[in-house]
Amino acid sequence: MADTLDLLWPVLIPIMTAALAACFWHNIRAQRIVSFIGLVMLFAASVKLTMTVVEHGVIAKQFGGWAPPFGISFVADPLAAALVAITGLLALAVGIFGFYDVRARHERAGFYPLFHGMITGVNGAFLTGDAFNLYVWFEVMLVTSLGLLVISRSREQLDGTIKYGVLNLFGTILFLIGLALLYGATGTLNMADLGQILPGMTLTPGLMTAAMLFLAAFAIKAGLFPLFFWLPASYHTATFAVGAIFAGLLTKVGVYATFRTFTLLFLIEGDTLRYVFTFIAAMTMITGVFGAAVQWNIRRILSFHIISQIGYMLMGLAIATPIAWAGASFYIIHHIIVKANLFLLAGAIRAAGGSDDLRKTGGLLKSHPWLAVLFLIPALSLAGLPPLSGFWAKFLVIDASLRAEYYGLAAVALVVGVLTLFSMMKIWMEAFWKASPVKPSRRRYVPVAFIIPIVMLGAVTMTIGLFAEPFVTFAREAGDVLVDPPLYIAPVFGAEAAAEAGALIAGEAIDADAIENGADNGVEEEVQ
Amino acid sequence: MRSIILVASTRIFFIAMLLVSLWILLRGHNEPGGGFIGGLMGAAAFATLAFAAGVDDARKMLRIHPAVLMGVGLVLGAVSGLPGVVLNGSYLQHQWLEMDLGLFELKLGTTLVFDIGVYFVVIGGVLSFMFRLYEEEQG
Amino acid sequence: MTFLYAAAIAAYSGCGLYLMLSRHVVRVVLGLALLTNGAIFLIFFSGRIGSMTPAVIPLGDQELALDAANSLPQALALTAIVIGFALTAFAVALLVAAYKRLDTLDAREMTAAEDMGSPFLPPEGRPVEKAASGKADAGQGDQKMTGQNTTGEVKTNG
Repeated sequence: MADTLDLLWPVLIPIMTAALAACFWHNIRAQRIVSFIGLVMLFAASVKLTMTVVEHGVIAKQFGGWAPPFGISFVADPLAAALVAITGLLALAVGIFGFYDVRARHERAGFYPLFHGMITGVNGAFLTGDAFNLYVWFEVMLVTSLGLLVISRSREQLDGTIKYGVLNLFGTILFLIGLALLYGATGTLNMADLGQILPGMTLTPGLMTAAMLFLAAFAIKAGLFPLFFWLPASYHTATFAVGAIFAGLLTKVGVYATFRTFTLLFLIEGDTLRYVFTFIAAMTMITGVFGAAVQWNIRRILSFHIISQIGYMLMGLAIATPIAWAGASFYIIHHIIVKANLFLLAGAIRAAGGSDDLRKTGGLLKSHPWLAVLFLIPALSLAGLPPLSGFWAKFLVIDASLRAEYYGLAAVALVVGVLTLFSMMKIWMEAFWKASPVKPSRRRYVPVAFIIPIVMLGAVTMTIGLFAEPFVTFAREAGDVLVDPPLYIAPVFGAEAAAEAGALIAGEAIDADAIENGADNGVEEEVQ
Repeated sequence: MRSIILVASTRIFFIAMLLVSLWILLRGHNEPGGGFIGGLMGAAAFATLAFAAGVDDARKMLRIHPAVLMGVGLVLGAVSGLPGVVLNGSYLQHQWLEMDLGLFELKLGTTLVFDIGVYFVVIGGVLSFMFRLYEEEQG
Repeated sequence: MTFLYAAAIAAYSGCGLYLMLSRHVVRVVLGLALLTNGAIFLIFFSGRIGSMTPAVIPLGDQELALDAANSLPQALALTAIVIGFALTAFAVALLVAAYKRLDTLDAREMTAAEDMGSPFLPPEGRPVEKAASGKADAGQGDQKMTGQNTTGEVKTNG
């Protein structure tokens, strides 16, 4: 029962918070209180889940008391648990940022129910062990994020939301078609079950189509190379709090789903798929960073950098060695924090300088010197300078690519790192160093509510950078589970069946099943 | 555009549709039916009212904001899964309470709570869009 | 029969994709709805349509009839229908709002977001201070509806 609750809270708490906030539709003050309590509880619950996973390894639960392949499973492996924990942290940080950034009319338009609804979708997508359920969480995430994106109803937001909505909707439909084909071929949609069945099946054209549809769908979600256009067309129009949570989480759900699909369901064997992934990874990195170079809107620059950073994560998929998976896992975690922090800083720069167009602002080094320092932490971390978290993230993936003799990919990664530094320096020079193009009539203040989350996330970046050891160890564990599907599959069937055996009458039968399913030497013991 | 026949008959239809929607909701206990279909029927009742008598009347008839209805429904749905966790260690494993009331046997389950939750969410969800769209059209 | 189903799915998806290629965003949304329906049909057919017996336990019986239809694809299809319905409703509401604010439904004319900080446009002429003091920030001056400051959610004096 304790396990069930640990797995349940990260989804149940935001859904309850969203529901309660909606119940207080006309009472904004009550909504704020409910929302903040929900955020704190969510953070605590997600940390608890991560601790449980660190202690017990992969944990899995079924809903509705159905036996494993029939019920919807929730599975927390190290990667999923870490992502849930980061989501909790980020939601809290953005919640604090929102004390000032969320205007009254956004609150009346339903900001809190939508925000928590989106967190529900994100956490659900991370934790679910059922492919169709993943689709449902994607849609929960999509419809709430559409609502959040268009919350001001301004021209720019409407325009951005239409592009974001249409392309993402198309992506989820592709996912749905892929699911239909997969279900037709295998008769199951439980990911652990698929992980058992699919490797033994011959790759029919139908299955191959399903795999490619999944790739296309998640590529749209993650903003991979040829399909990222919705991202820089919409993220910079959102309010700052919304932009930060989008930038941190949404594309990473796509990356996570790609990882899950191509480690558990369709294994990357043979060179063809590897070449495809290598090409996509390299092109994603390059196009993203060049796209950013010409832009002047801070968040547009940062949006393009999301794309280029996704390329680094995809390197894990292209190389697909254990160390590469560890690097990619580390990269996702580092990136969520840094990127969200940069989006929050864009809000702070706007507050301090009056505009988020770099051509219209400047001179902030004189007026807000500490803001310049706070900006440098995530900016340099994004570019990959030691001793910040980005250095280790880049080090791990580039090291992995060199070991696996992907020299071209490593070279691209290094060059893109330098170009990222150029972009970050552009923002720094334009916003902080350059004299302001206009004489400010009065002193502008950055609200404290902006500073607290920025410092908080900056501190996490510093911590990961300076004490990388435990984080790398954790990332290695996450990588091990990704490389070795039985580690993920066994808990769904094994531990669950073993626990259920006591409760059900047909104990023996399920026990036999459990032994058969968890046959992978000693996995069972490790789990328990 | 406002036809008197439509307005007059809508009152009757509204009540009839609402009752049918409730019946479908409860019928879902053992037979085809349930919260979603019932909810759609219920939403259709309010939509008909909004169409004939105006959105303001429909809103007044609903009394609470559709979003509140969605919130209440979500709470009900989420809470209905909790007894399963406590009793069987599995979320959304529905529990049944059977009572023999002499005349007939009453069988109550947490599924009913869940279904009522769905019913509310569907009505709330559909109406929050529907009302908004009608209002956009009018003003 | 299989061919007929396949043809139906292809027709739905083909029409949907064709509509999605349009520059008229209403058509795009209609195309998405059609494509969703194609996908739902596909799910339904993936479960193999063999039995016509509904997957409901008859009154008085304790278990499902042996030849009952597969209920899982029905559940999946229902879920997908619900979600598709919600998203289409949202998209339509979005289009209505967009039409009111942007005065167009042509995708080529929707450039409001693209113009923000674009290197191909001058930095909106106006000096910073005036822009921040309540008037439109991102507007090009010729549009009447830009009074609502787009990214100006952050007040500048704490």
